[in-house]
Amino acid sequence: MSAMRNDNLSPVQRWLNTAWGVVGVIALMSFASYMMIQNPRSLPWRLAFLVSLFLIFYMPRHLVVKIILGVTGMLVIIPFVGISNPFLLEIGFQICLFAALALGLNIVVGFAGLLDLGYIAFFAVGAYLWAFFGSQQIWHLDEAPGTFQIYPTFPFPALWFWMFIGVGIIAAAFMGIMLGTPVLRLRGDYLAIVTLGFGEVIRVLLNNLDKPVNLTNGPQGITPIQRPPLPPLLTSAALLDWLSKIAGRPITGNDIYGFFFYFTALIVLCITIVIAYRLDNSRIGRAWTAIREDDVAAQAMGVPLVRTKLMAFALGASFSGAMGVIFAANRTFVSPESFTLTASISILVMVILGGLGSIPGVIVGATIVTLLNIDILQTMSLALSSLRQGSGTIPLLGIAWAEIPTQLDPARYQRLVFGLILIIMMIFRPEGIIPSKRAQLELHEEDPEIAEREEI
Amino acid sequence: MTASLLHLDKVTKRFGGLVAVNAIDLEIVEGSIVSVIGPNGAGKTTIFNLITGIYHPDGGAISFDGKPILGKRPDQITALGMCRTFQNIRLFANMSVMENVMVGMNCRLHTGLFDTIVRTPKFKRLEEVARAEAQDWLRFVDLPKGSGNQVAKNLPYGKQRRVEIARALASKPKLILLDEPTAGMNPQETEDAMHLFRRLRDELGITVVLIEHDMRVVMGISEWVTVIDYGQKIAEGTPDEVRKDQRVITAYLGLAHGEAAA
Repeated sequence: MSAMRNDNLSPVQRWLNTAWGVVGVIALMSFASYMMIQNPRSLPWRLAFLVSLFLIFYMPRHLVVKIILGVTGMLVIIPFVGISNPFLLEIGFQICLFAALALGLNIVVGFAGLLDLGYIAFFAVGAYLWAFFGSQQIWHLDEAPGTFQIYPTFPFPALWFWMFIGVGIIAAAFMGIMLGTPVLRLRGDYLAIVTLGFGEVIRVLLNNLDKPVNLTNGPQGITPIQRPPLPPLLTSAALLDWLSKIAGRPITGNDIYGFFFYFTALIVLCITIVIAYRLDNSRIGRAWTAIREDDVAAQAMGVPLVRTKLMAFALGASFSGAMGVIFAANRTFVSPESFTLTASISILVMVILGGLGSIPGVIVGATIVTLLNIDILQTMSLALSSLRQGSGTIPLLGIAWAEIPTQLDPARYQRLVFGLILIIMMIFRPEGIIPSKRAQLELHEEDPEIAEREEI
Repeated sequence: MTASLLHLDKVTKRFGGLVAVNAIDLEIVEGSIVSVIGPNGAGKTTIFNLITGIYHPDGGAISFDGKPILGKRPDQITALGMCRTFQNIRLFANMSVMENVMVGMNCRLHTGLFDTIVRTPKFKRLEEVARAEAQDWLRFVDLPKGSGNQVAKNLPYGKQRRVEIARALASKPKLILLDEPTAGMNPQETEDAMHLFRRLRDELGITVVLIEHDMRVVMGISEWVTVIDYGQKIAEGTPDEVRKDQRVITAYLGLAHGEAAA
């Protein structure tokens, strides 16, 4: 396994395969970590660090080496920097969250080839499930939104959060089956339209189910939602003191939740990856691929079409149901605004950008899209607005920064940037950033060596 | 005559105003090699689609192995022990040859969701057995060692045909339906294919039904021939009987020739 033959690898991997590559990656990671600890808020070092994490993954080296380096990065360095800059933990949390969602959608779209444009609805099911049972909403069923007060206690213990992750999985899977049963007889475009409609139906329902019984509190959303209780070890005075000393500011239980949710999402993501991988390499995964390739032949070979498709729908949905519950607890607030068509498409973009059907690709796609969404463009906007406050001029052009209209704010061009990235990808690398091994096999078709190594 | 494995009773299929299959009776005897022949557009493939559940007949009854199979889905029919190949090869083009064959085992491989996610010992054992068995099927159809890892669409045409047969065999059928299995083959390949069809019956005991245009194949290996024209059965019998049948000659060569021969 270690130091593979060079000729089957991409140029990046070929470089990583040399001694210089390994040293280079470790040096990059160490240097980026160091700079990140020194400047916890700097965007470039944050990105450099993430790039080094992905290079480690991409490195054709022994798995143990990769795991040691990856674990150091994700379990030691990110939390350590996170003490000083909690935003890093928020980024980590969101990347894990969206990566798990994208992996779920990848089962439906990538493995089974069923285009689902309403995937966010299953996320909403999970989120609203905990929002309802983890908040005081059950006491306000007969009151109109905005007319009730917040009580200091909750109807159900916060510890139920853990149980509700399971309930969220089951509820979302059930919704997947409910949606799938009538519509999976449709193909291609028709299925896409129906799922799109389903996503909108769920959002509109959430918006309007404040009457006659106030289930969702309408457009105002449900808040406050309970968070699971932290283990006493994490809230001990000694730990908080120690962390406060490192951060140079008082660290409270609220900050600890940043770590807590980062690790929770990371664990759920890891479980998701393992499940997705195991499904792909099994009878069920083969049946999905067969359906995607040729559903008539698949059925004639004994694959039950409806049941197999339903299984893809239900499993994909269950991933996002679990993440929905975690999302609701993390935000302590949910409203229908988080579950729009744009959100569904955002997740689809992650899958397509990364590589349809490719588990590492989808994770990379989720990382890039999430970073663009919440970090890169926002940071650029902030930088621009601070320049605008100053009296400097743009070099070469001689225009004062202050004259740049707010309409040119990079954060406003989020969709434009995605659009451009997608177009460029579709032209130059339609199979995605890290193509699935199937796509890779297609590219290296005449080479039995790689085929054997891929062992599909 | 021994037991009948597949029985069609007055099966009819209409597409709009066109009667593609018109009240056809068919009797396939267990352990035989049967050819279904007829001019293009006679309805042969439609009959296969009706038998395997891809189409539903507008009238008549079909029973397989003594059980009525009308209204069953294709995958259920496959699970009962009947499998097919397609006229224009329908392999899963981007899957490996091995995976293609393993899809054919789908209805016999009982690894559930729990086994898959937890990777139980049962899962590992069954997966290993399936892999070994797929290898055996590939060997049976004379595919060279190592072709299991190739992507199906990269194989040459003749080998793709063999993979399709291996995939069908993987469902352990009692009856295999081959839709123009030698189309596009050169004489040597056709010869090898005929040898393979015989082995299906002789070594595995599978009843073989072929749709064929190549008369050397039809006359060379079939024990019973059914002739279809315009959706109707116009003749059946041993190859020699059919060869001499007036209606068959007419159907193939036209009326004038038929009259002249008479």
